[in-house]
Amino acid sequence: MSIVYPSASLRAHPRYDFEKYRSTAKRSPKQPLIILPHTLSELTGPAYGHGAIRAGDEDLTRQHAGEPQGERIIVHGHVLDEDARPIPDTLIEIWQCNASGRYIHVVDQHPAPIDPNFTGAGRCVTDADGHYKFVTIKPGAYPWRNHHNAWRPAHIHLSLFGNAFVQRLVTQMYFPNDPLCAFDPIFNAPEDAAVAARQVASFDLDATVPEWALAYRFDIVLRGRNATPMEH
Amino acid sequence: MSGITPSSTVGPYFLYGLVPSTYGGTDIIFNSLLTPDVSGERIRIEGRIFDGDGAVIPDAMVETWQADAEGKLNHAAGAKAGANTAFKGFGRAPTNAEGDYSFDTIRPGSVAGPDGKPQAPHIAVNVFARGVLRHLTTRIYFSDEKANAEDAILGLVPADRRDTLIANRHDRDGAIVYRFDIHLQGDNETVFFEA
Repeated sequence: MSIVYPSASLRAHPRYDFEKYRSTAKRSPKQPLIILPHTLSELTGPAYGHGAIRAGDEDLTRQHAGEPQGERIIVHGHVLDEDARPIPDTLIEIWQCNASGRYIHVVDQHPAPIDPNFTGAGRCVTDADGHYKFVTIKPGAYPWRNHHNAWRPAHIHLSLFGNAFVQRLVTQMYFPNDPLCAFDPIFNAPEDAAVAARQVASFDLDATVPEWALAYRFDIVLRGRNATPMEH
Repeated sequence: MSGITPSSTVGPYFLYGLVPSTYGGTDIIFNSLLTPDVSGERIRIEGRIFDGDGAVIPDAMVETWQADAEGKLNHAAGAKAGANTAFKGFGRAPTNAEGDYSFDTIRPGSVAGPDGKPQAPHIAVNVFARGVLRHLTTRIYFSDEKANAEDAILGLVPADRRDTLIANRHDRDGAIVYRFDIHLQGDNETVFFEA
């Protein structure tokens, strides 16, 4: 049995049953997970039609007639595997609330204004060097009912695919020096605080565009393959 | 740089990012994997997702990855040359208010297993939802498939839990429909894998 993507790296992920995040209570498996040997089903990756991504899908500020309210930002970074190899040509999808902390989603009842010029969803494909870039609006904080006086820190959701089914990752990006991160169960779900800190972007003055937008760099690391050759 | 980026929940508001057609946008990943040119036996997968109280989960999303009818995966590492490019192999479906999801696809062929022996036809599945900090991985096998008895992965699962990985066939109006409910927790908890 071969595990081509080492399982040790999975320790970075939070436990399923993390009681401080209440929604895990009834949604986390109680039975032990079965270790799955990596077959071709796990080692191959999603093919869905990269051509469907249109120019402009990576700019969330230009999807409507007017400019969204809020602080325009650039979010960019490298997608790498844990052996520091860039992952080119992989889909990244993002979604987020608007500058006042409100999602378009009908279930979101936070009494903050909806921005008619901001939907909050975008996507792009990494370039040949594994680099990606979005233009968006800095999302606001918003309350949720997980515990007394619970507020989500500003965050952007990111969905990545990599080259194999086992590289699939959905994560959240946070902003540096956000005081709410210290109190947020989702941010703090990874057992190791140093691992949780990997979810924080860094301010990037070099990528900031004068008179236009601040920039944040967020590098994302997916699982890496070890040297074991694939079985055929 | 070292160490992978930790997983997080998709939260309750992922639809307009991941299934944008629900908000008037354009999807790039669909719950129909069929194209006019695809070959193979057309099937439908239907199911409902439940939490530990047996309540349906209206804010979950299922992603699938599978071989074509000949057991070829549409990927450079797909082992058999010449994957059926009319078949993307990757699908995505949200649950609706009743917790239901569905896929229209083709019955997959057999893919090589860890020991090189053919695996029983199956579909690889990831489940995402609010309250799920790392997507849950499972597999769909087919109730009318004799090869299940010899499958190396099913063989790793305790016999009394294998049923949770088997989609049951119900022919309906000439269509082949397989039912695959997913229980994140509870008496019928689906087998999930650490991949």
